[in-house]
Amino acid sequence: MWEYTDKVKDHFLNPRNVGIIEDADGVGEVGSIACGDALTFYFKLDEQGKIKDATFQTFGCASAIASSSALTEMVKGLTLEEAKKITNEDIAEYLGGLPKEKMHCSVMGRDALEKAITCHLGEPEKEIEGEIVCECFGVTDVEIDRVVRENHLSTIEDVTDYVKAGGGCGNCHDRIQEIIDSILGTDHPAKKKVPALTNLKKIKLIEESIEREINPSLKKDSGRLELVDVDGNRVLVRMGGNCASCAKSPITLKHYVESKLRELVSPDLIVEEVQ
Amino acid sequence: MKVIYLDNNATTKVAPEVVEAMLPYLSEYYGNPSSMHSFGGDVAAEIKQARENVAYLIGAESPDEIIFTSCGTESDGTAIRAAIESNPDKKHIMASRVEHPAIKNLYETLSKKGFRVTFVPVDHEGRLDLDYFYQHLSDETAIVSLMWANNETGVIFPVEELSREVKDRGIVFHTDAVQAAGKFPIDIKTTGVDMLSLSGHKFHAPKGIGVLYIRKGTKFSPYMIGGHQEHGRRGGTENVASIIALGKAAEMAKKHLNENGYERVGKLRDRLEATLIEQIPQSMVNGDREHRLLNTTSVAFEYVEGEAILLMMNEHGICASSGSACTSGSLEPSHVLRAMGVPFTAAHGSIRFSLSRYTTAEEIDVVIEKMPPIIKRLRGMSPFWKEAVELKAQN
Repeated sequence: MWEYTDKVKDHFLNPRNVGIIEDADGVGEVGSIACGDALTFYFKLDEQGKIKDATFQTFGCASAIASSSALTEMVKGLTLEEAKKITNEDIAEYLGGLPKEKMHCSVMGRDALEKAITCHLGEPEKEIEGEIVCECFGVTDVEIDRVVRENHLSTIEDVTDYVKAGGGCGNCHDRIQEIIDSILGTDHPAKKKVPALTNLKKIKLIEESIEREINPSLKKDSGRLELVDVDGNRVLVRMGGNCASCAKSPITLKHYVESKLRELVSPDLIVEEVQ
Repeated sequence: MKVIYLDNNATTKVAPEVVEAMLPYLSEYYGNPSSMHSFGGDVAAEIKQARENVAYLIGAESPDEIIFTSCGTESDGTAIRAAIESNPDKKHIMASRVEHPAIKNLYETLSKKGFRVTFVPVDHEGRLDLDYFYQHLSDETAIVSLMWANNETGVIFPVEELSREVKDRGIVFHTDAVQAAGKFPIDIKTTGVDMLSLSGHKFHAPKGIGVLYIRKGTKFSPYMIGGHQEHGRRGGTENVASIIALGKAAEMAKKHLNENGYERVGKLRDRLEATLIEQIPQSMVNGDREHRLLNTTSVAFEYVEGEAILLMMNEHGICASSGSACTSGSLEPSHVLRAMGVPFTAAHGSIRFSLSRYTTAEEIDVVIEKMPPIIKRLRGMSPFWKEAVELKAQN
């Protein structure tokens, strides 16, 4: 069973604004019955150009219905400029979060809203942009690119959770990975160059790592490590307890302490023992 | 809120008599059946009785053909691996397209390891394509594994007849009888089945206990290698309390079958199914209604989605399952319904009701009362429903 928030359950069991607006100012249809969910979103503007009324019709699971219901509540009273800024994250957040596997329901809401606004502005419905990557669910490279960037996704599984791509036969997994890689390679925060540590931060981090990670481990063999000084990338330490007399301590130092500090602090550290 | 449990193909209530039978083996009689002392030896005697009960339930020639495992999946996996290890020259394995994941996913893994795999298709009613089946049997085939009854639709495959044909060609035949055992009479000795899997929790024993039947003379190699338990065919200290429980559950299931108890269950199922289809427009039964478990019905409600239906049923305490994608975490509806060619409009909204001998007429009345408004409400939200009704009116 999915772990839905109370707010999701409430919007599913008591959905707001179900129905059709006959003389709507904008209508957006997304999804299909084959894909397992579909949403039609309607809105009506007042004289000031604010959304006066919004309704939906949805075929889909509980979170699809709840996301649609949430969307109609969120847009009321907004101008189209304001409504345009609503992201799928906003919809999920409004509901107190959605299970990761159900994030595509919030993306569906955002897409329907965008389509309805485009429809109102009289802009021709956008041709499908890009190339279809996922044949099973008809998802294009442009859509995948967007969802990866906007939601900082990093795996194929993430992409499947957000736009379903890759959730069917799996033949497109390589192509999805290529798209992810191309984005991660450029502007993904995780791969951004780690800013250089200031000396003070570096020393603090080294101290913390020794106290929290390294010494508790050495303590098992009644050993301990003491930080003497940090000089550039050279970390000067003194071995205490059993380590001081242990023949294996140089090995421990290189294999364990240095690799641990490289992992936790900075990859270019060199650990040296001082007497 | 009172729970109305119509999800018995997922798991069943542990019978109170079964709980009573197993409890002493969780407290005072904790001996190891392998011990030399009588404190352990007495437990071994009870295990022997449980083995006899299981043998009797499925009509085995001898209790020695029964080994206890931890679950249906272990039994399935053990059987398949034993068959391919005993036939190292044969690199072809066969099953149907509607098998349980315990077989389906194992076969897919084996296919990556160089085995040629044939999944035999089924028709729109879930019946095996027999021509295809016979065409693809070959001298290369190491094992054929066919489920006896399908968990989603309840459709029963003609395992007696097929197993004899397969055995005559010298091919090992395994059946996943997890849904079948205890639900209709089985006389395994008169069939050509070499190995059969069953699982206790599908017929009122607890979870965590399964059985693999291995016909005498079948080449076998153990999956769990260890001590001499189960005559060396499955190492590991026996799950004593659960084995005793399974023995009791098997005894009760056999008695229920002998008294034709499933006829009552079948009547309840038929009334549920017929009323739902009559009262709810554009609904239909998935699968062959003639050769089917008496406790199971899979009903498709077009233009609504299964998870939404289940959660609304849940509000009334009614438990069932769906073939919908959204309940499983995958994005595509059940492989069983897709193999049957059930259209997407229906597959996404298919609900499986599975009854047990504990199901009452009053419970069925409640379900019959609650279902039509749930479907109506969800269809009222669906953007496809109005169109579907108009389309129907035109035709």
